[in-house]
Order: sequence, then structure tokens, then C-alpha cells
Amino acid sequence: MWTWFHKLASPPHFYRIAGLTIPAFSWAAGLLVAAGLYGGLVLAPPDYQQGEGFRIFYVHVPSAILSMFVYATMAIAAAIGLIWRMKLAHAVAAASAPIGAWFTACALATGSIWGKPMWGTWWVWDARLTSELILLFLYLGYLGLRSSFDDLQRADRASAVLAVIGIVNLPVIHYSVVWWNSIHQGSTLLTPGAMPIAMKWPALCMLAGFALFYGAVLFVRLRGEVVRRERSAAWLREVLVK
Amino acid sequence: MTARPGLWRVGMAVYARDLRLAFRRWEQAVQPVVFLLMVATLFPLALSPEAAQLRGVAAGVLWVAALLASLLALEFLFRADHEDGSLEQLVLSGHPLGWLSIFKVLAHWTISGLPLVLVSPVVATSLAVPASALAVVMLSLLLGTGVLSFVGGAAAALTLGVKRGGVLVSVLTLPLVMPALIFGAQAADLAIMGESARGPLLLLLALLVLSVSLAPLAIAAALRIGVE
Repeated sequence: MWTWFHKLASPPHFYRIAGLTIPAFSWAAGLLVAAGLYGGLVLAPPDYQQGEGFRIFYVHVPSAILSMFVYATMAIAAAIGLIWRMKLAHAVAAASAPIGAWFTACALATGSIWGKPMWGTWWVWDARLTSELILLFLYLGYLGLRSSFDDLQRADRASAVLAVIGIVNLPVIHYSVVWWNSIHQGSTLLTPGAMPIAMKWPALCMLAGFALFYGAVLFVRLRGEVVRRERSAAWLREVLVK
Repeated sequence: MTARPGLWRVGMAVYARDLRLAFRRWEQAVQPVVFLLMVATLFPLALSPEAAQLRGVAAGVLWVAALLASLLALEFLFRADHEDGSLEQLVLSGHPLGWLSIFKVLAHWTISGLPLVLVSPVVATSLAVPASALAVVMLSLLLGTGVLSFVGGAAAALTLGVKRGGVLVSVLTLPLVMPALIFGAQAADLAIMGESARGPLLLLLALLVLSVSLAPLAIAAALRIGVE
């Protein structure tokens, strides 16, 4: 197991494995999202309270979950990079940040569109929404800090410290609907029995699809990072010329 | 072989040195206070000089102005030491860097945060805040500027060596200090309305404890990266 892990962390090996797995991830993600969309938009019954409008749930919730999941991945990768000086871990953090920022923006935008008919307003300053907005700011700060260094190693390590600091925000987002009286509804997807199965399975499909999409885009971006970081290495020339 | 000086002596030496340097350039040190006074002046001019309306926004105005003023001061925290190499000496000194950074941040807070707290009653009174609320306003800023200095210190350390890092420091600090802003302004607001501000003040204190205990570790890690 450990030798496999170490092997994966070596850039040439990773570059090859990633190239092989990207199509698999992409196809699986595409199929799951297609199934989830069909199930969510066509098959699932309308909500007894929110009518057809609840269907934006199928995009909103997976984006929101992924926005936090990607941040957690980024922070853990950054910590691994700081502690064990693993180059590929820093690359994972660097490649994850823009994806996570887009998931966050997507969650905020879809939530806003959902909020207008249901709550009668595009935006309320409550704990869940504000902490998700702070998450977006953290991503943007991370990207800003990373881009302001010329030296890649310093960019890696300084932004890694920032990513680790920012993780304090994740529990706040997750528990914001529990700790405070929020207009935002609590978690229905992960609470057993809160949702009928006909509504639930498309959401789980979408969630898995989004996660695989993240995996696919992450690997594409990671290959780019590896090329950028190893551009003077002999193995890369061999692979690219082939 | 001489005995190593104790942690307290080392810390106090760092603290005293930073204070002495700051007082020699006191024009720089008073800038945040002047900034706070000016920003607070803008609001009555822009909104309306009517007392009831000012009182309604006073807590928010005061807190946002103090937040921006202390962001402005963060630039002076490590910059000069980084440029003349004394920061490197601190890193190489063999004393725990996290411990030293606590005293650097404390010195910085004494110069830039404490004056904000001290002038806040004047600013608050000019914004029609009743005298009974001044103590809580000051207390909330006392705790809040501490959080700002420690969290901002981590951001300042991270941006060491970045050209034109001023905006970046703000972008990194602001999302992390928003909780302090929420509780601080809420405490001040409750006091202005004549209610008990105990809850938000305690939460603010918790944030201060959290940032004092964790931020020095982040500052130390960032400084090590910065002076490489």
C-alpha cells in the first residue's frame, strides 16, 4: 500500500496514471450527472411546499458540498505538502483552488436564484450564506497569495499555511444551520427519512457525478501543474515527444 | 558559556525594542488613529448629522473604521525588520519563533490597536452614542483589536517579500476576522440600545483566546518561509 502511494507521488508515474484515468472519471461523471439531471428534473415528483422550484436543489446541494469538500482536500494536501515536503501535494492544492472557487460561486449563485421565489429575496445575511461567502473570499485570497510570488516553492508553502488557517471556516459553514436560527433549511440529503427515495437518488447521483467531475478536472489541471513544475526534466521530454 | 536568557526576558526584549523603534517614528504610529478619526468623520457628512440615525449605525461605523485602520497598520508589522535583516536574526536566534512573534504582535497592538481603543469613546460620543455604552464599546474594541492584530499578523507574515502586498494583506485578513466584526459590532450595538452585551463579548473573548493560541504558530511558520 505504502509503496503504491509513494509511487503515485512521483511525477512521471502520476502523469501516466492520471492520463489513463481522466477518461474514466469524465465518462462516469458525465453519465451520473445525466442520470441525476433526468431523475431530478423529469422523474422526481414536485415538492409539496416548494413545487417545481425545488429542483435547483439538484445543482445547489452538490455544488455546496463539493465547495467544502474541495477546500478540505486542498487544506489536507497543503498540510501534507508542508509536513512531508511532497511536491505533488502542493500541486494538488494549487490545482484544487480554482475548482473549489467555482463550486462555491456556483453554490452561491444557485442558492440566490432559489432564494428569490422561496424566501422572496436574493440574499439574506444569515450564518450559512455569510460563511459560504467567506469561503469564496478564502479561495480568492488563496489564489491571490499564490499568484503574488515569483518563486514557485515559496508560493507553495506560503499559500499552504493560508489554506490550513482557513480550514477553521469549514465547521462554521457546516454547523451554521444547527448553531444559529437560520432561514436556510437544515440538511435533508444526509438525514435518513427526510426525503423520499424518488427525490433522493437523483441528488446522490448528482453528488457522485460532481465529485467525479472534480476528480477529472483535478487530474487534468494536475497534469498541467506537473508539466509546469517538471518542464526541465528529461522524462517529460520523452513522454511529450513520444 | 553564558546561561541562556529566559523566555520572558527574550520576549520583553523584543517587545521593548519594537516599542522603542515605533516611538522614534511616532508620525507613522499615529496614522491609524488619524485614519479612524477621518473615516468616522465621513459618515455624519455622508449620511446625515441627525443623532438618532447616527446612533443606529455608530457600532458598525466604529468597528469597520477600526478594522480598516488596523489593516492599514499591519504593513509596518514585519516590513522594516524584513528589509534590514533583523527578522532573519530573530528566526536564527534559536528561541521559539512562535513565542517571539507573540511579543512582536503585542508590541504592534500596543502601538496601533490600543490607541484606537483609547480614542474610541471620543469617536463614539461624536456619533451620538450614550455615555452608558462607552465602556462596552471600548471593551469590545479592546478584545477585537487583539484578534485583528494576531490574525492580521499571520497575513502580514505570509505576504513577506511580496511586492505591493498591502491589498493582499487585507484580502487575506478580512475573511478571517469577519466573525470578530460580527460579535464586536453586535456587542457595541446591544450596549448602545441599553441591553446586556455579555453574550457577544464572551464569544469575542473566545475568538481572542483562539487567535492568541493558534496565530503565533501560523506566524512562525510563515516567517520561516518568508526569510528563506
